[in-house]
Amino acid sequence: MLAHSVFFYFFSVIAIFSSLMVITSRSTVNSVFFLILDFISVGCLFIMVGAEFLGMIILIVYVGAVAVLFLFVVMMLNVAEQKQSWFIGKKSTHIPIGLIVSVLILLELLVVVGGWKYKDDLMSSSTLNISNISNTHQLGLVMYTDYILYFQLAGIILLLSMIGAILLTFRQRKGVKKQSYFNQISRNPSSSIELRNVESNKGVKIDD
Amino acid sequence: MMEYLQILGSEVYKILFLLVPILVSVAMIVWLDRRVWGLVQKRKGPNVVGPFGLLQTLADALKYIFKEIIIPASANKAVFILAPIVTMTLALVAWAVIPMSEELVLSDINVGILYLFAVSSLGVYGIIMGGWASNSKYPFLGAIRSAAQMVSYEVSIGIIIINVLLCVGSLNLKDIVLAQKELWYVIPLFPMFVIFFISALAETNRPPFDLPEAEAELVAGYQTEYSGMMYAMFWLGEYANILLMCAMGSILFLGGWLPIIDIYPINMIPAPIWMILKILFLFLLFALIKAIVPRYRYDQLMRLGWKIFLPFSLIYLVLTASFLFYFDKLPKGNF
Repeated sequence: MLAHSVFFYFFSVIAIFSSLMVITSRSTVNSVFFLILDFISVGCLFIMVGAEFLGMIILIVYVGAVAVLFLFVVMMLNVAEQKQSWFIGKKSTHIPIGLIVSVLILLELLVVVGGWKYKDDLMSSSTLNISNISNTHQLGLVMYTDYILYFQLAGIILLLSMIGAILLTFRQRKGVKKQSYFNQISRNPSSSIELRNVESNKGVKIDD
Repeated sequence: MMEYLQILGSEVYKILFLLVPILVSVAMIVWLDRRVWGLVQKRKGPNVVGPFGLLQTLADALKYIFKEIIIPASANKAVFILAPIVTMTLALVAWAVIPMSEELVLSDINVGILYLFAVSSLGVYGIIMGGWASNSKYPFLGAIRSAAQMVSYEVSIGIIIINVLLCVGSLNLKDIVLAQKELWYVIPLFPMFVIFFISALAETNRPPFDLPEAEAELVAGYQTEYSGMMYAMFWLGEYANILLMCAMGSILFLGGWLPIIDIYPINMIPAPIWMILKILFLFLLFALIKAIVPRYRYDQLMRLGWKIFLPFSLIYLVLTASFLFYFDKLPKGNF
């Protein structure tokens, strides 16, 4: 068990340290890097508990996709400038909304953590047959049977938010020339090349 | 305490036994790549150092070691140095789960394929970090391009993996190979194999999808500011990743260490050799494609990934699932 606890403390110290660094580090890009480190160490903690599927999914979804896009956005935005404008006293509509959301999340956390009790007989009280079935199989067994409705609902919520995000950023620009790959490929010399005898001093009209 | 040290010692020994051959084969693979590239273009390629130029990569590595490492004054030093290390580490760490035969695997974990997928999707960080930390426009543009490219093609690789997993019923790499005993998945899932191969090209930034380092537009992309050993580490990481993708392809579709036909003289060849042969075969395809295909334009690349590969692999997924369900061939787990 010694090695196990050494690894547990190693990963949890990294997780706590990096989550502190996320909110305290000055450069936003650095804080995203610390966020990634946090995700990775939390994923490792999940794997140590035995929830290997969840740990891997955290690595794939959060680190491999979500954090990449985070990094992408933070690198493109000039965050330093926005911070400056906040300190000068320019009005910004983002900050009140952000504050409201964070206060809500804090309240929710208080509610959840306040009512939380350590259940030491959770394993024995669960109806699942925890024998030598692998983690992934177990998840599959409950997710697509008992919780199919919630699973589908979560999928629909994700789909809706995806459509919303596309609608928000979608703008139809006018006067942009577009290439049709089909037309490009289906061109052949006989339809696009024409031989003409050009009379001197008269020229020829192209493209009418 | 002593027994922990003993376990640590034996594990380090095993890891070294895995890593050293991989590093040597990466060096050989670089030579092979350049050689094939040369032969396709009717050149000789590297043929001076050692027999057939086999030691060319070693000579190159020596040259890189003795070159000065230049860190740009305006670069973010920590991230700049970390980037090649991340690339190289991630490329090597993934090899821990690759089974070379039924017994020869460093760690036989239940979620092997997810681990492979996770590590290969982390590979993008080395490139983004390098591009951003250089604090210069070409590396940054290259990094942004490659981030978008790798994230897009990961999606279709993920769905292709689900296709295979549907037929296997397990996430363990050994089970995936053993499920192909009767029929390699390259035959029923041939379109998926082709798409996997093309996505692997895009995922490893190989031509025709080498937009992150398109030399005509971006000098060398995210590697522009790197020199000496740090550049070499990027390079090694890239080739180790290519080998990894070849190994993944051979495990998912070409039956891993299984022989072509299970009859007497052929199945006497040891399993790791079959695995190596399959990896080499896929790598030769990679090398040939580098030589014969022109580079894609960026919008074409995105179109191919999102509008063609993603819908097609989704449709194929539905087809595979319905076929398996209709003919009652869905894998039954042992629970």
